[in-house]
Amino acid sequence: MRLKISSSPHFHSKNSTSSIMWNVSLALAPAAIWGVYVFGLRALLILVVSIAASVVTEYLLGLIDGERGLKQSTLSDGSAFLTGLLVGMNMSPLVPVLIPIIASAFAIGIVKWIFGGLGQNWMNPALGGRVFVFFSFTSLMSNYQMPKTLPALTGASVDAIGSATPLSYVKTSITNGLLNQSPSAIMTNGGYPTTDFAQNLAQTLHISPYAVDAFFGNIGGCIGEVSAFLLLVGGIYLCVKKIISWHIPVTFIGFFALLTWMFSGYRSGFGFASGEVLGQVFSGGLFLGAIFMATDMVTSPITKKGQVIFGLGCGFWTFLFRYFGSLPEAVSLAIILMNILTPTIDRYVVPKKFGYIKPVKEAN
Amino acid sequence: MPKDVLTFKRGGVHPEDRKFLSNKKAIEFLPVPKEVVVSLSQHLGAPAKALKAKGDSVVRGEKIGTASSFISAEVHSPVTGTIKAIQKVTLANSVKCDAYVIETDPTAEEVKWDDIDWRTKSKEELLNTIKDLGIVGMGGATFPAHVKFSITKGKVAEYLVINGVECEPYLTSDHRTMLERAEGAIEGVMIIAKVIEAKKIIVGIEKNKMDAVKHLRDVIKAKGYPITVQPLKMKYPQGDEKQLLKATTGREIPSGKLPLDIGAVVSNIGTCFAVYEACTKNKPLMERVVCVTGECIKEPKNIVAPIGTKIGELIDFCGGFKEEPDKIVSGGPMMGFAFYDLDTPIQKGTSGVISIKVENEAPQTSCISCGKCVSACPIGLMPTMMYKNISNGRYDVALNKYSLMDCKECGSCAFVCPAHIPLVHTFKYGKKMARRKK
Repeated sequence: MRLKISSSPHFHSKNSTSSIMWNVSLALAPAAIWGVYVFGLRALLILVVSIAASVVTEYLLGLIDGERGLKQSTLSDGSAFLTGLLVGMNMSPLVPVLIPIIASAFAIGIVKWIFGGLGQNWMNPALGGRVFVFFSFTSLMSNYQMPKTLPALTGASVDAIGSATPLSYVKTSITNGLLNQSPSAIMTNGGYPTTDFAQNLAQTLHISPYAVDAFFGNIGGCIGEVSAFLLLVGGIYLCVKKIISWHIPVTFIGFFALLTWMFSGYRSGFGFASGEVLGQVFSGGLFLGAIFMATDMVTSPITKKGQVIFGLGCGFWTFLFRYFGSLPEAVSLAIILMNILTPTIDRYVVPKKFGYIKPVKEAN
Repeated sequence: MPKDVLTFKRGGVHPEDRKFLSNKKAIEFLPVPKEVVVSLSQHLGAPAKALKAKGDSVVRGEKIGTASSFISAEVHSPVTGTIKAIQKVTLANSVKCDAYVIETDPTAEEVKWDDIDWRTKSKEELLNTIKDLGIVGMGGATFPAHVKFSITKGKVAEYLVINGVECEPYLTSDHRTMLERAEGAIEGVMIIAKVIEAKKIIVGIEKNKMDAVKHLRDVIKAKGYPITVQPLKMKYPQGDEKQLLKATTGREIPSGKLPLDIGAVVSNIGTCFAVYEACTKNKPLMERVVCVTGECIKEPKNIVAPIGTKIGELIDFCGGFKEEPDKIVSGGPMMGFAFYDLDTPIQKGTSGVISIKVENEAPQTSCISCGKCVSACPIGLMPTMMYKNISNGRYDVALNKYSLMDCKECGSCAFVCPAHIPLVHTFKYGKKMARRKK
């Protein structure tokens, strides 16, 4: 009889790296499928190309690294698939096919592999890839498509609205000097379309119909970011599975919402605490970023306390970039900035150790 | 009455308990084996000094090894027979030491034990008996009991906390002891309480053993003793004295200190029974309840076996293997040691012999910094940081900044690690290297 000898423990939980990666991909699936539904088959093509490019890059680099054949390759841990999926979900359905290929190759090759592969990268690979192509091909990357669930545009508004996300449309209008109008008023006056469903629900709830559409995914934007609702469903699934914890998403979105409510009114000429929160929170990839990218384990702090600091930081930078930056590219940059601070946070925020308090009572 | 069900706060994990395999099996006695291997290192501390030589004959209960220093313990022969050899053995925890190989005499008469009323003895006499009869902690750490029960000058043992937690999966030996040997164990508790002059006595039991809680309460009520039985939530590693004291008394043992420093003494329920047998029957510690279980065992059992029985004989007594095991573990699966062959003897601290298949196997990947180990650590350490520093040879950083020595190797971090990194293994290695560098 052959007995295995190893150090304790001899018992292991069901956790594994690959189960984490595949579960995150699974949680992303509903939002990705929604993206394909509203933007058409071209969105599916972009997703498939991104994933394929990412997986192929990982495999080829594994070959260069030696000793890793297909059998020992790191493909089975699912991290390359996940990175590819995230890159694809961060693309507009209209981008040329070459762009997601470059983004995926950059994400895997430069952001992840050069630093030593899984677990060693300091920046979220998918975000790195996205930001790289965004600043390389800015106009191609900012060319968006209206979802098919919205009524078709007519007349003059086609040019102004057709290829813009609500965020960039509002931002452009305000930059062009449109003051004393709330973002939803700007959109209504500009003829931005809404669904009937949103109109009805908005009337009963007394909120902006654009917030409702943004929540359910009837807005223009990247393939995977439009449906805040389905991303939230995926996030709750991951929380229930204990793969992510609530700390980063809640503090990120919460702090951003708070800052938006308090200060965003100023730029339109309104006073303190007059910002429109819901529309801002549900759009611009905030949910995708906060739930799936900021929570990337490798590049976020280890401790819960550190994660709260990380989330607050992300919310703060998102707010600054979104309202004062030249591009509405706020979420990705905010997360990358906090990625850079993660090792520092981990160094200084350490848990309180057991037995490092004064004894309750001196024994004598 | 304090709160109904208590637990400790920080960290901890919830492994499946798997106790159903053997928790309904009444304790059985193993027929005297033909040969036993009694090592001289049955306890924490210095090995005992051999008192007998090859060819000597010994009687069951006769002292064959004596304490060689302050932290050490006496060793007694569990059988009547002849010493065939004194040889080096490697125990499950990879300690190498001298051991007697004793051939049993099948014609030997049964040894008669005394009948003493422990109440007539002074606490010094009781403590001496405990020392002389080789009682050690039977939860696994095997710390010599007389050292633990000697209250140093200036210290007061306000609490006596009895450990009936048995938080390790599979093990049921303490559970069965509490159900079937409760009267003796409770007497043992009172003896210890007398020796250390404890003011409050608490028995901590996890709530997957509510039958034991009820039974102990009945026994205590019938005897009229001032003992509280405290049910605890199920959470590993609650059976560690640090977590147990936090859960039952709310006190935290400072780093590097002992329970006595916060006015408490912790003792395992099995030890209490051994103390009872020593102080009322003059019977030394030379047999114990071993839980032989695991998925690969045909008929899991709780067995009273002489110390020094080879695990192969215990497994045969349970009908052998149902299927070939991957691992046989001494003690619980979270902190136990893997046996390397079936001829290794059981020790005073062997609470279980567990034959299991390796489950949930997955390839080891790099650390993905998920932080699960940090959340799981009951001491509040950062296992991932200790691992990274040790792997890179920075033992001093692991030691000074991340308090490597506070790690008690409970295995919670390695249990949850999705990357399947052998964390405990690394920490054991790191501690060794850090000590060497000093």
